[in-house]
Amino acid sequence: MKITFDWIKDHLDTKFKEDKLLDQLTNVGLEVEGVENLLAGLDLFKVAKILKTEKHPNADRLKVCDVDVGEKEIKKVVCGAPNAREGLITVYAPPGAIVPKSKVKLVVAKIRDVTSYGMLCSESELNLSNESDGITELSSKKYGKSIGKSYFSKSNSNLIDLSITPNRPDCLGVRGIARDLAASGFGKLKDLKEKKIKSKNKQSLKVKINKEKNQACSSFGSCLITNVKNTESPKWLKDKLVSIGQKPISAIVDITNYVMLDINRPLHAYDADKIEKGIIVRNSKSGEEFTALDNKNYTLDDGMCVISDSKGVLGLGGIIGGTRSGTEFDTKNILLESAYFEPRSIRSTSKKLNLDTDAKFRFERGIDPLSIEDGLNKAALLIKEICGGEISKIDIQRIELGKVKTIKFDTNLFEKITGFKISTKEILKILEDLGFKIKKEKNYLKLSVPTWRPDISQEIDIVEELVRITGYDKIKIIDPIKERTKSTLTQSQKLFHFLQRAIASKGYLEAITWSFTDSNYNDHFKDKNKEIKIVNPISSDLGVLRNSIFSNLIMYMNKNLDRGFKDLSIFEIGPIFTGLNPGEQNTVVCGLSAGKKSRLSWVEKERNVDVFDIKRDVVQTLVEAGYNSDKFFIDSETPNYYHPGKSGRLFLNRGKDQVAAYFGEIHPNIIKKIDIKTETLVGFEIFVDNLKIPKKALKDQKTKFEVSDYQKSERDFAFIVNKKIKAQDLINAVSSVDKKLISNIRVFDVYEGENIPENQKSIAINVTIQSSEKTLNDNDLENINNAIIKTVENKTGAKIRS
Amino acid sequence: MSDLKNIQNDYSAKLNNHLSLENINKIKSELFGKNGLISSQFKNIGSIPETDRKKFASDLNQIKDELQNLIANKINEIESKKINEKLEKEKIDVTLPERPFVKGKIHPVSQTIDEISSIFSEIGFSIEEGPDVENEYNNFTALNTPDNHPARDMHDTFYLDDNKEILLRTHTSPVQIRTMLKDNPPFKIIAPGRTYRSDSDQTHAPMFHQVEGLHIDKDINMGHLKGCLNYFIKEFFEVEKIKMRFRPSHFPFTEPSAEVDIGYKIKDGKIVIGEGDQWLEILGCGMVHPNVLKNVKVDPSKYQGYAFGIGIDRLAMLKYGINDLRAFFDCDYRWLNHFGFDPLDVPTNYRGLSR
Repeated sequence: MKITFDWIKDHLDTKFKEDKLLDQLTNVGLEVEGVENLLAGLDLFKVAKILKTEKHPNADRLKVCDVDVGEKEIKKVVCGAPNAREGLITVYAPPGAIVPKSKVKLVVAKIRDVTSYGMLCSESELNLSNESDGITELSSKKYGKSIGKSYFSKSNSNLIDLSITPNRPDCLGVRGIARDLAASGFGKLKDLKEKKIKSKNKQSLKVKINKEKNQACSSFGSCLITNVKNTESPKWLKDKLVSIGQKPISAIVDITNYVMLDINRPLHAYDADKIEKGIIVRNSKSGEEFTALDNKNYTLDDGMCVISDSKGVLGLGGIIGGTRSGTEFDTKNILLESAYFEPRSIRSTSKKLNLDTDAKFRFERGIDPLSIEDGLNKAALLIKEICGGEISKIDIQRIELGKVKTIKFDTNLFEKITGFKISTKEILKILEDLGFKIKKEKNYLKLSVPTWRPDISQEIDIVEELVRITGYDKIKIIDPIKERTKSTLTQSQKLFHFLQRAIASKGYLEAITWSFTDSNYNDHFKDKNKEIKIVNPISSDLGVLRNSIFSNLIMYMNKNLDRGFKDLSIFEIGPIFTGLNPGEQNTVVCGLSAGKKSRLSWVEKERNVDVFDIKRDVVQTLVEAGYNSDKFFIDSETPNYYHPGKSGRLFLNRGKDQVAAYFGEIHPNIIKKIDIKTETLVGFEIFVDNLKIPKKALKDQKTKFEVSDYQKSERDFAFIVNKKIKAQDLINAVSSVDKKLISNIRVFDVYEGENIPENQKSIAINVTIQSSEKTLNDNDLENINNAIIKTVENKTGAKIRS
Repeated sequence: MSDLKNIQNDYSAKLNNHLSLENINKIKSELFGKNGLISSQFKNIGSIPETDRKKFASDLNQIKDELQNLIANKINEIESKKINEKLEKEKIDVTLPERPFVKGKIHPVSQTIDEISSIFSEIGFSIEEGPDVENEYNNFTALNTPDNHPARDMHDTFYLDDNKEILLRTHTSPVQIRTMLKDNPPFKIIAPGRTYRSDSDQTHAPMFHQVEGLHIDKDINMGHLKGCLNYFIKEFFEVEKIKMRFRPSHFPFTEPSAEVDIGYKIKDGKIVIGEGDQWLEILGCGMVHPNVLKNVKVDPSKYQGYAFGIGIDRLAMLKYGINDLRAFFDCDYRWLNHFGFDPLDVPTNYRGLSR
């Protein structure tokens, strides 16, 4: 909503200055978004008189004019306007002035070899009208003595841009704003004593509101103005509209706009001669068409509120008029409409048709139903004054009477909500100033809500009005008490934070990427999940919710590799989506690592990052988070975006839980398709929601501290096994021999090739044996040795390497 | 007698020369070997006349100790010389780079969420979460924003179905609804998380982060709201004084509603919070609307309280001097390294939020 202080002063007597105004507007909840001096520089535009014109020596259509701009020196100005002639009084813009329409700054310029000092302006160039055929013609009567004076009247009133919240339609009119200011003590609201139409003529055009289900128009006021002569608006009206950045069009349009901006009363003017046999307000039928004033054709659904005549739709009530009955400069007879349309209906129609207009914006927020007459009076009288003609009586059709809302307000509620007190006297004054009618009852106030406030319907709304006008600065600060009755984080939230920092501590940079992604990328990683489309994505490459974090992460990894970085590790912890419904999402920690370890190191041998690097990151993180790695179970069943031979799946407990993590190389096909240039790309996913919270919390007592001081022995074994046998199977077999005595098992060599039969491999392990009860003698050790060999051979088909 | 003296003189002189370890060992066996010069003198003690024997033995022992000391010193001298020579050879250039290490970082948004959680934890808030995909009821209707209400235009919503019933939450406020439906009052929670609006330019990203706050109890009023936010802003920006302005605004789910601005100024191209006469909007808040409480079966005549919503990304930008919102989600390695935090820098109450 754009306003000026000058316009506000039409409605408000105040002694305050503009800087105070800006603060006060913000204080009452009318946020000042910006202040602009629209008239800055306009004082450069001078009233000027053409003394002499000559044909331009090098151009047939141009003239060289000698112009008196009130200075000693006569200015030479090149001008192409056909109406530039000796004696014409017009508007001159010197070099340095900025043309309002084009925003071009004028300079001294040579036009076909003749130097032109400035420009003579058309009304269109000054944003005063659409008249662009010639330069402005000013009457010599009015302006003859003003040569050299500023053309635009001096005004220091800035354009103030307010952000009006959707609950305050009344403040979409200047009067509403003035009323709030007055209530807050910024001045006194003027009683405008508006004149009323005095006419003997009946409104002769029949208007009927169809009584049908969901009729959105409850009242329709109208008035006929005959024999008008539409013309240009007078200067005061043009100035008013220009002052808030609007462009004057014609008197009739300007007047309806002015009334709308002044008191938030949208009006519509029809060319009465184009209406066939009266107005019918009714619901549209599916398939009906009309051409709106935006020159677009609209096809309507059932049940949209239309203004029609016997020939068909004239316009959409409260949204937009149609071209068929639009007013033009030669319109003689006008039907002025001032109606009430139901906000919800306005909104649903405009949404369906994707139509946004100023009227729609106002009606969907709620227009004062009692402003119908005020609007007609004000506009019709202005039209008569400016365009002449005869005004008819006002005709108002109603199918229901608007009810005045009443609220019982217990004044104690104010302190209960705001924490501070104001006197009943103050309460009464504020509410009266805002337009409430008050009846004092024993324990409460009975309030009649002003009809321009559709947002007010219950007691809490009254509290808001009171505290807003009193000022939020009156609310006392009550310092918070430092007391915690409940733990801040749940166990799973703690796990989230722990995993996040545990992964970062292993050299990964945390990224946050969109929850949506490119379906082309998502397709690579969606595995068995369904694609979840966004109906209205911001762009087609962000069209689906991500089924995996990899899709985004790999895209950004690629971008970073393209930036010339080679060895990168990044991760994200966040949601992936498995279904359309709320809650069908999982929290995943997903990481990617590319390139080499120790690239170009003088001290370490460089090598590609590999699966066992990423496996370490996953396992170490889980161990740090409190899970026992002795219980981990790993197999090689992984989704198809991993390298089928170089990837693994990790369970916290064999067969007892859901997948805790995947890790491995990204499938070479995907790397090729996405065209990632790196030596290796390995990744992991930890499924946070699948991790059962460790049974032992950090706060619990630790298990008893038990260590053995008896001597421990280490024994090495080398087994030849089938290639398919996993190291994990071998280790499990060894540990099953005697869990008490075997305290540690390490794989220290894996070998295939020479001296080993085909399809076989050699796995060498080191086993630590220690008793907690005694020092083991040779005999004991020999027994264990034999048991280990026998068990491994039986369970895995291995042979001890002799 | 003179024999002993001769041995002593001879060998003292010998041991004064440059000797190898081998030479010394040879001397050692010449003197103290089985038939060494000193060893054989000891065997002679018995044949010395009784009168001289005592003196002889004493002299012999003295010479023996003397020579043995000489030998030991010599060996020591050679060995330490050897070690020194070895150490000299082993000298390396310690200015060569250490073995490579990697350094991870925590995203500034995650760090900021942890800071916020830490501050609100101190005054008794616990953390709640909700799903990113929401139904239209929780995101709008339950929050007193009915369909066909212009307030819905304030949120550009991503929808997941044609009926517009399932959407990406446009704010964290639906967590209020979920929390209040799940439990009984009092409520004192914050809910940080991802939020989505179909809006994208220099200052808007289609995804951003908010933290919701909700405190409902029997007598929580606007003074508590002001106190809570005043405390939070002071703690968060780690400044002594804060300039804060509450101004009336409108949100369908709170009434009265307010927007909060903080005072700032620009000094040497950097923003200074808490000073100056410029205002910057940082959050929206208000008293939870009775209609919202009714929707979640909380009796508004018995319970009341406040709610607030803060843009996390915005706070992070202000505190850490980050200019471009879009860069948060661009995943540029250099940016993450520059603005990220060490994973060991966990914001805590006793260590402070930041180093």
